[in-house]
Amino acid sequence: MSIAPADLPIGKDGDSFQEAAEGATSASPEVVGTKAARVKKRLTSRTATIVSLIIAILWTIPTFGLLVSSFRPAELVRNTGWWTIFENPGFTLDNYADVLFSTSSSAPQLGAFIINSIAIALVGTVIPLVLATMAAYAFAWIKFPGSNVLFIIVFALQIVPLQMALVPLLQFFSTFLRPIQVWIHDVIPIIPEQNYLPVWLAHSMFALPLAIFLLHNFISEIPNDIIEAARVDGATHSQIFLRVILPLATPAIASFAIFQFIWVWNDLLVALIFSGGTADVAPLTQRLAEMVGSRGQEWERLTAGAFISMLIPLAVFFGLQRYFVRGLLAGSTKG
Amino acid sequence: MRTADLLGKFLQIGLGLAVFAAIIGLILFFIDKAPKRGRDYWQLVGFLAPAMIFLVIGLVYPALRTSVLAFQTNNGDWTFDNFVWAFTQPAALRTLLNTVIWVAIVPLFSTAVGLAYAVFIDKSRGERYYKVILFMPIAISFVGAGIIWRFVYEYRSAGRDQIGLLNALVVAAGGDPVQWLQTDPLNTFLLIVVMIWIQTGFAMVLLSAAIKGVPTEQLEAAQLDGTNPWQRFWNVTVPGIRGSLVVVLTTISIATLKVFDIVRTMTAGNFNTSVVANEMFTQAFRASEVGRGSALALILFLLVAPIVIYNVNVLRKQREIR
Repeated sequence: MSIAPADLPIGKDGDSFQEAAEGATSASPEVVGTKAARVKKRLTSRTATIVSLIIAILWTIPTFGLLVSSFRPAELVRNTGWWTIFENPGFTLDNYADVLFSTSSSAPQLGAFIINSIAIALVGTVIPLVLATMAAYAFAWIKFPGSNVLFIIVFALQIVPLQMALVPLLQFFSTFLRPIQVWIHDVIPIIPEQNYLPVWLAHSMFALPLAIFLLHNFISEIPNDIIEAARVDGATHSQIFLRVILPLATPAIASFAIFQFIWVWNDLLVALIFSGGTADVAPLTQRLAEMVGSRGQEWERLTAGAFISMLIPLAVFFGLQRYFVRGLLAGSTKG
Repeated sequence: MRTADLLGKFLQIGLGLAVFAAIIGLILFFIDKAPKRGRDYWQLVGFLAPAMIFLVIGLVYPALRTSVLAFQTNNGDWTFDNFVWAFTQPAALRTLLNTVIWVAIVPLFSTAVGLAYAVFIDKSRGERYYKVILFMPIAISFVGAGIIWRFVYEYRSAGRDQIGLLNALVVAAGGDPVQWLQTDPLNTFLLIVVMIWIQTGFAMVLLSAAIKGVPTEQLEAAQLDGTNPWQRFWNVTVPGIRGSLVVVLTTISIATLKVFDIVRTMTAGNFNTSVVANEMFTQAFRASEVGRGSALALILFLLVAPIVIYNVNVLRKQREIR
């Protein structure tokens, strides 16, 4: 998923956004109480409810079908529709065991790729966030000539589609990064030559424009008094950054971290180009895409594999939904 | 996976994070210890330089280089052939046409459905759960979504039990099963459905937040004037959320222009379904036609540019106000 930025600062609005996003059921009492609200409700409710129910069902069925199928025996998945599960009952965990743990050479062996996905998403989130927070602080609180112009240039880099960066960056990596990777392998033989470095760096580079922009919006909203007070006490920029900015900006950093994590986890393009496609490095998405290409008919495996790949982003999504939504809204305007 | 491999992977993660933390720690340490004279300068460099170096290596230089490559043959001679190819070859033209179709349909549909849904569930009971249902696909990868929908579109020859939902419905209605993903031009639209399925939740969440920002007094005033819900929606709500509508439309347009994974997973660009972003990958990395790939990337850039420039202008105005 690629969400381009838009043009509104986060800041204090974040809280109202959050409430709006999660607690809308408890619309404030005075609204519910007014006659207007009651009338509105009566007029719109029936058709609206039916239509929204239909939309909700349409949106759920495809995923639900996949989930049901992933627990059905191979024979049944291939020959009967998942909606006939009551006529053709059968329930098994074999599909999951097969794609995860089977060591036969024809099995997908997803275990290794899960670790890769975690490795890539974890470091691919930490690096850009730290660098972006530092840059955002510089743009917001260190005065220098050309600050505005440079900031707008950074923002405008969104204009560069990933596709434009791929060929030259790959050449750059093979010239300059490759020797380093080989050296690392020589020093610590347990780390394969084909290591995560290029994928981490690529993800970090591509995430920066949006991350700097969003975090800057938040960090620049921190009240001047707080920063000024710290300066008067003789704090250096590093101290202000670590002791004042980081704690205060934690909500914004957290919401972007979730966002970036899910983005990197779900990425296919960057992985395809920079990973080399081996079990040493390639993430789950790449392995799944391969399975679709070579074994598009093995539905029992594809359904289980797809669900495994969704597990972590969905867990992050449901667990941290309010922060996730907030991160999303940070990039949007209120109207 | 052997234990040694696993250990190697964890070692990489730990080492990677440790080295990075050490570098950042050193930077912060040294700018504090910099000589008084010029400390401001060093502080600025310390905070800004790492990100800027990454941006130059990862985006600025590659973008310039790709623009050059687009005008070269594989041997490095200057040429316009790559663009001639992109705008004359039937297959390449079809790719461009498909991209236009994608960008014309996805943002409009996602936004319309997302808006309708947001309005309908506004202030209803269980609004939160309604939202999660529509929003969930955002967390699913395009590859995962591709598999989900390939399953819906799955084909079994006539007479056999269908396992794909769509064909099951067709057969139940008395029709013959269709090879959806191989039927041109229907297949392109079926891929578009997947993108709409993903993006609608995004539009819904943003627009729902915007709707809640529309002042209740205005809606009540309009109601006292005897307007019906539709008039209130059209004359009060929509103008009130215009900014958000523009943002949602532009954001989804950009995402759609760059869409790659869906096409890759579902048809690999076969059967006339390719789009610019996918074809770029195929040309540059599968066919070793770097010039053509670069030309397509440049075209993609030119398509995205106006949308982003518009946003930059809005941003500039905002910063001037500040």
